[in-house]
Amino acid sequence: MKHRLGFAGKKLIRMALLLFGVSIVTFLLMCASPLDPLQTNVGQAALGTMSPEQIEKLETYWGVDTPPVERYLGWLLDVARGDFGTSLLYRQPVLTVIGDRLASSFWVILSAWVISGVLGLTMGVMAGASRGKWPDRLIRGYCLLISSTPAFWLAILLLLIFAVWLGWLPVGLSVPAGMDAAAVTAADRLRHAILPALTLSITGVANIALHTREKMIDVLESDYVLFARARGESEASVILRHGLRNVALPAITLQFASVSEIIGGSVLVEQVFSYPGLGQAAVTAGLGSDLPLLLGITVVTAAIVFAGNLIADLLYGAVDPKIRKGAARG
Amino acid sequence: MKPILQIKHLSVYFTQYEQDRRFFSFQKRRIAAVKDLSLEIQPGQITAVVGASGSGKSLLAHSILGILPYNSHMEGEIRYDGEPLTEKRAKKLRGNEIFLIPQGVTYLDPLMKVGEQLRKGKKDPNTKQCCRMALERYGLGADVEEMYPFELSGGMARRVLIASAVTERPRLIIADEPTPGLDARAAKRILSHFRELADEGAGMLFITHDLELALSVADEVVVFYAGETIEKAKAKDFSDAANLRHPYTRALWHAMPEHGFRASEGTQPYAGNVRKGCPYAGQCSVCRELCRTKEQIPLIQYRSGEVRCLYPDEMR
Amino acid sequence: MKSMTRIKTNQRLWTTVFFLAAVVILAAVTAAGILTEGYAVETDFSQRNLSPSRQHLFGTDWMGRDMLARTLSGLSLSIRIGVLTAAVSAAVALLLGTASAVFGGKADAAISWCIDLVMGIPHILLVMLISLACGRGFAGVVAGVALSHWPSLARVVRGEIIQLRQAPYILVAEKMGVSKLQNIRRHMLPHLFPQFLTGLILLFPHAILHEASVTFLGFGLSSEQPAIGVILSESMQYLTTGKWWLALFPGLALVLVVTLFALLGERVRRLLDPSSVHD
Repeated sequence: MKHRLGFAGKKLIRMALLLFGVSIVTFLLMCASPLDPLQTNVGQAALGTMSPEQIEKLETYWGVDTPPVERYLGWLLDVARGDFGTSLLYRQPVLTVIGDRLASSFWVILSAWVISGVLGLTMGVMAGASRGKWPDRLIRGYCLLISSTPAFWLAILLLLIFAVWLGWLPVGLSVPAGMDAAAVTAADRLRHAILPALTLSITGVANIALHTREKMIDVLESDYVLFARARGESEASVILRHGLRNVALPAITLQFASVSEIIGGSVLVEQVFSYPGLGQAAVTAGLGSDLPLLLGITVVTAAIVFAGNLIADLLYGAVDPKIRKGAARG
Repeated sequence: MKPILQIKHLSVYFTQYEQDRRFFSFQKRRIAAVKDLSLEIQPGQITAVVGASGSGKSLLAHSILGILPYNSHMEGEIRYDGEPLTEKRAKKLRGNEIFLIPQGVTYLDPLMKVGEQLRKGKKDPNTKQCCRMALERYGLGADVEEMYPFELSGGMARRVLIASAVTERPRLIIADEPTPGLDARAAKRILSHFRELADEGAGMLFITHDLELALSVADEVVVFYAGETIEKAKAKDFSDAANLRHPYTRALWHAMPEHGFRASEGTQPYAGNVRKGCPYAGQCSVCRELCRTKEQIPLIQYRSGEVRCLYPDEMR
Repeated sequence: MKSMTRIKTNQRLWTTVFFLAAVVILAAVTAAGILTEGYAVETDFSQRNLSPSRQHLFGTDWMGRDMLARTLSGLSLSIRIGVLTAAVSAAVALLLGTASAVFGGKADAAISWCIDLVMGIPHILLVMLISLACGRGFAGVVAGVALSHWPSLARVVRGEIIQLRQAPYILVAEKMGVSKLQNIRRHMLPHLFPQFLTGLILLFPHAILHEASVTFLGFGLSSEQPAIGVILSESMQYLTTGKWWLALFPGLALVLVVTLFALLGERVRRLLDPSSVHD
């Protein structure tokens, strides 16, 4: 057990260092940007009519006049105290903005993550078990096509079909436009979340399905499957009892390690559906040079991704009997 | 007595792809792993098939069980209990009457407990009882059922694999190299278990590369060379080299420790590379022109055994 | 023996035919896009918002611009940026992967750390950030895509070289005093080539998709350029009024081009991997 804790501890330290790196890289990239936040957000014309004092005030607000190193250190000190600064565009604490946005993104991302995982695993097992036959060809073709399709175009296509032509689902946003917040029902929220979640589920399948297929083929060619067949186990039993068992762990691990892709996809999909989630906030912050918000979003996203990787690592140890029993003894 | 297993002129082929020297190209090759094999096994009898490692002997076991991999196929006839052993019939019989004892622990699912594997997914008390008794017979306690394969020692794993064959009443057991990595004493103990099973009435096919080991337990020995059976002999024929029929078998005999450990020269041709003529022609001391040019050397009855040689009398 | 030769020539023939066909199609699209670039931005207000017809196969937009010409120009732009960024990315991957494997120790740790770092930020966010740092536009997209896609290939290169270094003939060469660099150049790179080639070709689809994505979000090519991302982003405003052709055809064309690249990569990969012959 001690060994496992040490392992997790080391991973946590590495994760903290990586997050630190992410924040520096993000900060440097944003500081290097030649785009002037004043011009982007206030506009050249408006700036021309302002007095020098007003401009100076604005410059202080956008942090343009502070040297980058001082600014970063200030940010870091604040973060150490649990304060990620204030979003310049939303005029709210960054953590509040991220919290609100994450809350509306969370269920979309989570459901897409679960659905694509289960679907991908099933498709991978089916393809691997029918190697070279038509289900395999069909699934591989689907994966190839879907990984060649930009997520945002697929979102547009679904929007066109289900919202514009069929009129089954709303065009965008997370709640009906113009409705009072108190009057919004869970059903409304669900209806608005279906298309984003569907898009992300469809695109998320390819990677895990192809990996599972490879693994399944390996398993079916293994000695133990040969022996299972030799003892008279049926093909269904071989696939479900031995195949699924040996394929599930790598698949789950992979799914935890690929959180990054689904979050990346959500940025695009939320933009298409004007869904007010974290991804949309990232785009807004980027276009408006809102440094504290974009920095906060990047760090939080990276933290989620690293946490996913960490869970994947730990999960392997917790489920694989070799490591689990070894740890219990030693 | 009626033989439990009859194999007539069995050949097993598999297709192999080899990468060419140039990028982007493959050669497809059809390789005969087993060529024109015939043998019979009586109930209570152990027949050993002896041949060098990696010569495709395992495919012999797989073809009897009807579990040849997808890139291979067989020709010839296999009869079980007097009736043709079709794929459909093999499917019904394997795990019920016909059992495989494989090489080692890699043949157990690494993520499944031993007991669960032996029970094949069945949960009824009868199956549990059978499984328990099978393990107990080889001195394995109830705790072993709860173990994962990686927790078994080499000897334990071997006993688990043998136990898997006695969860039902076996009539034919195919043991495929069941003793690698075991020291002589442990190997002998495993073989004594085989003798026991045969004495209970099961026919047994024992596939091995170790002639000495085969002789210590088998009643009959079939010698394999480059995928072809070159001699079929009684185990007692090996008491004297003069009784043996094929020059390769004699060379094997001389290579045994108690007969001087004399290694023969030259290497066995790769099964896939053998084209025509006698595969042993390159090393044979009495090789003639016809041995190299004849398309296929036939297996002939000779002195109450069989030999694939054109001039067995030359050996005397 | 006959069947053996047949299969061999079949495989080679098919790949050659497929390879040539794909290259010809992609080159033709690229060339056509460059030729129609002028036409793509030509406005004709008498021909606004026309649905697809014989005259305008892909229809026209609200400024009367021909969507077929715009799509071709957009694809051409995408392919050129894709090839450029994939090549840069692959070069970075080769360099860092090799350095990581050969120098080992601290260099390896540092490079591995960088790989983890880059992989920790979702691709699209990272491309956005780099593009911002370069002031968006063409330079932004190229830098963004080129500098964010190398980690996975770098890992492959690193793993492959570490494995190769254990090979007896490399160890012997080292013992015989062949210098490290020479060893890499003469003995390792040729072995690495097939893997690297596959990785490179499979980078194209990713690069093109990410270029289109960041442009779509507004961090890439400027809206004056007829890029697919721009076209699709503009089409969003007209979807609810039923102008489906603005989004359908350009997107479909992009999917086809990317699929072609992906198929090409897949074919090369399978040819290099004997075990997938049965698929």
